[in-house]
Amino acid sequence: MDILYKIFIEPFVFMGEAPDLLIQTLWEGLVSGVLYALIALGFVLIFKASGVFNFAQGIMVVFAALTLVGLYEKGVPAFLALILAVLVMLVLAIVVERVVLRPLVNQPDIILFMATFGLTYFLIGFGELIFGGNPKEMITDALFLPQGTTELDMLGGMVRFQHLDIAAAIIASIMIGLLAVFFSKTRIGRALRAVADSHKAALSVGISLNQIWVIVWFAAGIVALVAGIMWGARSGVSFSLQIIALKALPVLILGGFTSIPGAIIGGLIIGVGEKIGEFYWGPLVGGGVETWLAYVIALLFLLYRPQGLFGEKIIERI
Amino acid sequence: MLYREAGQFKTNYVADSAIFPLRQDRIGLGLIIIAAYALAFMGSDFLLQAVLIPFLVFSLAAIGLNILTGYTGLLSLGTGAFMGVGAYACYKLMTAFPGVNVIVWIFVSGFFSAAIGALFGLPSLRIKGFYLAVATLAAQFFLQWCLIRIPWLVNYNVSGALDAPLRTLFGTPIMGPNATPQTRYLVVLTIVILLTWLASNLVHGRIGRMWIAIRDMDLAAELMGIRPLQTKLLAFAVSSYYCGVAGALLVFLWYGGAEYDVFNINQSFFILFMVIIGGLGSLIGSFFGAALIFILPIVLGIVLPAILAPFGLSVGADVIEHLRFMIVGALIIFFLIVEPHGLARLWQIGKQKLLVWPFPY
Repeated sequence: MDILYKIFIEPFVFMGEAPDLLIQTLWEGLVSGVLYALIALGFVLIFKASGVFNFAQGIMVVFAALTLVGLYEKGVPAFLALILAVLVMLVLAIVVERVVLRPLVNQPDIILFMATFGLTYFLIGFGELIFGGNPKEMITDALFLPQGTTELDMLGGMVRFQHLDIAAAIIASIMIGLLAVFFSKTRIGRALRAVADSHKAALSVGISLNQIWVIVWFAAGIVALVAGIMWGARSGVSFSLQIIALKALPVLILGGFTSIPGAIIGGLIIGVGEKIGEFYWGPLVGGGVETWLAYVIALLFLLYRPQGLFGEKIIERI
Repeated sequence: MLYREAGQFKTNYVADSAIFPLRQDRIGLGLIIIAAYALAFMGSDFLLQAVLIPFLVFSLAAIGLNILTGYTGLLSLGTGAFMGVGAYACYKLMTAFPGVNVIVWIFVSGFFSAAIGALFGLPSLRIKGFYLAVATLAAQFFLQWCLIRIPWLVNYNVSGALDAPLRTLFGTPIMGPNATPQTRYLVVLTIVILLTWLASNLVHGRIGRMWIAIRDMDLAAELMGIRPLQTKLLAFAVSSYYCGVAGALLVFLWYGGAEYDVFNINQSFFILFMVIIGGLGSLIGSFFGAALIFILPIVLGIVLPAILAPFGLSVGADVIEHLRFMIVGALIIFFLIVEPHGLARLWQIGKQKLLVWPFPY
């Protein structure tokens, strides 16, 4: 009975006793959730438009951030470096489309998935060759990202808000809003949605698939750059960020592979669930549950809704 | 000229459904096996220890994953963890019962990972494709966490690492610090040949056809009377069995001791590379894939400095390492573009060309 008490009663009592800690945990969960969502967004963009499960999204985040920081360290002014990093992502998108996607068009999904593995390896080697494998500091000052913390008296305690986290949440929200407008209002956005619905139908009305792929990979590259700046500012720019990017996968299956709102809500659920689980239930099993809790949450969720929260309903026919 | 099927008549159904219908193939296979055993006595210690033993171990793991992903069509990213379960089970068993021969425990430890694999295979009934791949990531991270957090698994030793105790077979040490690469290679080779033979019989028989039917279309297979629950779980169990045995071999007969970190997510990806590059749904492809993915970086590490040296480019070890990553990545993409069905398909095409040579019409 003692163990049941510890699992089902004690954490909630603790939450009630110290609401400020609860809010602090929720806030941290929300912030990391937004950042997960940002990475997941890159996956969704590419998956929607080309049906490729882009494993390289994680390394694209690292690569974009490394390019930015690397250029800055070589003496390029910060904002010029930012523009150059965007250009590098554009070049990457064009090269990927030309060298990887075009020859592999119409191959099974798993082959394209595998090709993005190859891309990941290549980018790891390339990034380390040019910028070195050592972790780098993100250039928060030069990009005018705020630092410091605000402490608010709340519910009988102090809750700390990192300015950087607030900025990250705002920038991510703006980014997501822009993408939503881009998808629903612009001509290219409509073309993207057409491609997502059916490659053949899109081709037959004169939409160039190759062009669309370059555009989505470029968009995913920009999302990766933003995600890289934000994650980099929190935990340094290094190749271990790639593992964090794997966390975007449960976010994806929670939200559904094809849904942008799904990626956001999934990100928030995973972020909050993970932090709450780690803080309140983690000590029961010796801590460190953060590494797998997200996957287990997603797994349990999938058992009830195999297509995710907002995914398209899976209809199977013979 | 020598590779002809003319004159080899099949007079009964058994001969018609044989795995190697050509006499030349059977002789070739026999020669390869003899050569593999002969290498134990002729190869250098470096060749055995750094190339051949790991190649065989990874081939076995790739066969395991191929049964799941290639034959049954269930994508899994938890291979590393299942290998870990096998290794830790083997460690517990052989330290708890030192009287029983370790070969027995290597085979038995596979059953533990088979049970765990079947458990984590349960979601496969409802989810498919990439969704399932992410679900198996849950297995990977959860099991890895268990291996770190449960000290009972390593008999409460302080370092938290597995080490290979001295074990003998017919009085010769095959495990532990005194075992020579030769004896370990012979043991690994024999186990791999045995299990490959078993896998070949499985996938060519009724069970294998059930798996393939599920892979090609599970709804249709269900309508034909194949039970998806049993078939998918069996695939998970058999696959994990192979991975478990491979994990035990990896730690105790190759490394001679390891930590949980050996069985991380990269190991899972590594095995998946081998399966896809080698060819999904092909046993020989598993060997090709393991050879390419494992041996290629070793060869590059030796060859690259030699290539760069004449140009006056003497580069550091780290640059070589980075170049290796780039080349491996580029080669993966290259192979996928040239032959998306893997090296096994190239092998098939080559054999067909040989059969009709020199009159290809």
